Amino acid sequence: MISIIIFILLFGGGFAFFLYNVSKIRRNILLGKDANRKDRPAERWKIMTLVALGQKKMFNRPIPAILHLFLYVAFVITQIELIEIVLDGALGNHRMFRPSLGGFYTFMVSFIEILSVLAFIGTVAFLSRRNLLRVPRLVQSELNGWPKLDANFILLGEITLICFIFMMNGADEVLYQRGMSHAQNMNDGTLGLSISSHLGPLLFGGLSDHSLHIIERIGWWGHICMVLGFLNYLPYSKHFHILLAFPNTYYSNLEEKGKFRNLQSVTNEVKAMMDPTFTPPVADPNVHVRFGAKEVTDLSWKQLLDSYTCTECGRCTSACPANITGKVLSPRLIMMKTRDRLEEVGKNMDANKGEFKDDGKALLHSYITPEELWACTSCNACVQECPVNIDPLSIIMDLRRYLVMEESAAPTELNMMFSNVENNGAPWQFSQSDRLNWKNE
Amino acid sequence: MAELQIRTMADYMASGETPEILFWVGCAGSFDDRAKKITKAIVKILNHAHVKFAVLGTEESCTGDPAKRAGNEFLFQMQAMTNITVLNGYEVKKIVTGCPHCFNTLKNEYPSLGGSYEVIHHTQLLQDLLNSGRIKIEGGNFKGKKITFHDPCYLGRGNDVYEAPRSVMINLDAELAEMKRSRQNGLCCGAGGAQMFKEAEKGNKEVNVERSEEALALNPDVIAVGCPFCMTMMTDGVKHFNKESSVKVMDVAELIAQAKDL
Repeated sequence: MISIIIFILLFGGGFAFFLYNVSKIRRNILLGKDANRKDRPAERWKIMTLVALGQKKMFNRPIPAILHLFLYVAFVITQIELIEIVLDGALGNHRMFRPSLGGFYTFMVSFIEILSVLAFIGTVAFLSRRNLLRVPRLVQSELNGWPKLDANFILLGEITLICFIFMMNGADEVLYQRGMSHAQNMNDGTLGLSISSHLGPLLFGGLSDHSLHIIERIGWWGHICMVLGFLNYLPYSKHFHILLAFPNTYYSNLEEKGKFRNLQSVTNEVKAMMDPTFTPPVADPNVHVRFGAKEVTDLSWKQLLDSYTCTECGRCTSACPANITGKVLSPRLIMMKTRDRLEEVGKNMDANKGEFKDDGKALLHSYITPEELWACTSCNACVQECPVNIDPLSIIMDLRRYLVMEESAAPTELNMMFSNVENNGAPWQFSQSDRLNWKNE
Repeated sequence: MAELQIRTMADYMASGETPEILFWVGCAGSFDDRAKKITKAIVKILNHAHVKFAVLGTEESCTGDPAKRAGNEFLFQMQAMTNITVLNGYEVKKIVTGCPHCFNTLKNEYPSLGGSYEVIHHTQLLQDLLNSGRIKIEGGNFKGKKITFHDPCYLGRGNDVYEAPRSVMINLDAELAEMKRSRQNGLCCGAGGAQMFKEAEKGNKEVNVERSEEALALNPDVIAVGCPFCMTMMTDGVKHFNKESSVKVMDVAELIAQAKDL
């Protein structure tokens, strides 16, 4: 009875705290400006199915894709077993689905065990890619400190979780074979689990019934504690992508990648200048129109969602021509800095009763420098690479717009190019009246 | 060599005719010495295929692409609206560009400002002309030569056009070798996003050197491009490795014009 109460408190509390943190993230994301990403639902469902559920873009790099697939499928399928674990915990049962599901139960749990072994292999491989093989994109200096620790925490947590599963199932299997398990005895002599029916006797065969019961309980409680711990770790971690990958791909940009947004605020100004019949819409005096983005709150909610979805895999950065040739720009870092600043703004609001209090900082300059922004060739390689359809380029462009239109801080050569375009209709100093001269040359 | 037949929109209007297509030459195609040769190659092919095309001539102005990518949305929209006034005034329906940047801007960024046209890149026009039999290529002097194509970002990733230039070059009977980073994974030449008009930021290598190195590793006879800015960057890159005597950088249109001995 006590264990039921502890379980319900633990589970309820763990879930509630997770939802509390998720609601904060949601609030932060909605600090972003409006963006229409709700049109064409059929296309959006398709993209989400292919890219998030089907992992389509991951397979551009097959080795990490297969390893990642092990973890991903194991994670998704294990949720089925979690239903039983939660119900067992809340009702004080033990393997309550086994009698009614029979052979299907054995099949499902066995399947999950096989997936868990594959996930174990995947996790060990990922740990070695990060710490032994030192894959370049996973050891770049921008990951020093918390990001590196975060990645290793998650992987070690996954290994621990898998160990608990096999402690639980392995010990229970030995007990069942001795007729001592709390699972209902169905006179079949074994739980018949694909891995544990071999691994259990091998590891725990020599232990007493009492020790086995303890190991089984450690496995069971350890598993559920890890699940809840993991769930609550997510909102603080890059690992949040396991949830946000789905909405983030659903709200993907459906336009051609080369098409950049035309700023409506600028259109109003330019039309007012060029078209005498045009009446600009009445501006709300309380809203200060800013051309481009200086702060996270100048970005759209989708750009902010992008920042929370990023799992810092670094495919973008490894494909970035600027980064490859040693410039300071890293699209991954653009996403990390956007998220860091957004978190800071959120905490600032929490501390000031929901109102943001000026802290003298902004995304531009305090986090992202002009040197990073001006190194971008707008080639879309980062956008193409991202397995969850994050768009670092759009943030770079919005910050550039602020630099140019609000701060007039373009590099000198670009200012010369601007004045050439303005005066001669070409980025070089040639007269527009000479534009057809090539014909006679 | 036959004289180039070039008429402006104003010429057509004066004679009450309508061209099939407007050839948007672009700033590089009009003023850059190397790119002017690409422009002429395109015109030669159009003349040869008897395509009734027009240019805007002195009425053409920068699309605003470099301004937009550099963050100057004001200047971009001013350019766009000026050009749209001209294009709509001539009731232009279809445009072919000699540059992927003009192509992308006219196709994607003009419609919401009031300029909707069917816009194609010149490699797509070449593909159409070949498919419809308006030009034919047999053999030619690229037979057996090794050619590698460098995807322009604003044609490839920007607009998902990967096959048009390749399907055109297949007609040359040459060996088409692909770089490891090609199509969706193509590496930029380093000129996009207005980089063409400024010094690169501090780094340990120039992007065009990185890309040319990759292309030269295939030992090609020709590095084919589809963009006047890629042309500049790749030509400089080849010079960096002192290979300009053995490796030519040529636009797809130039390859076709030369194969046809135009």
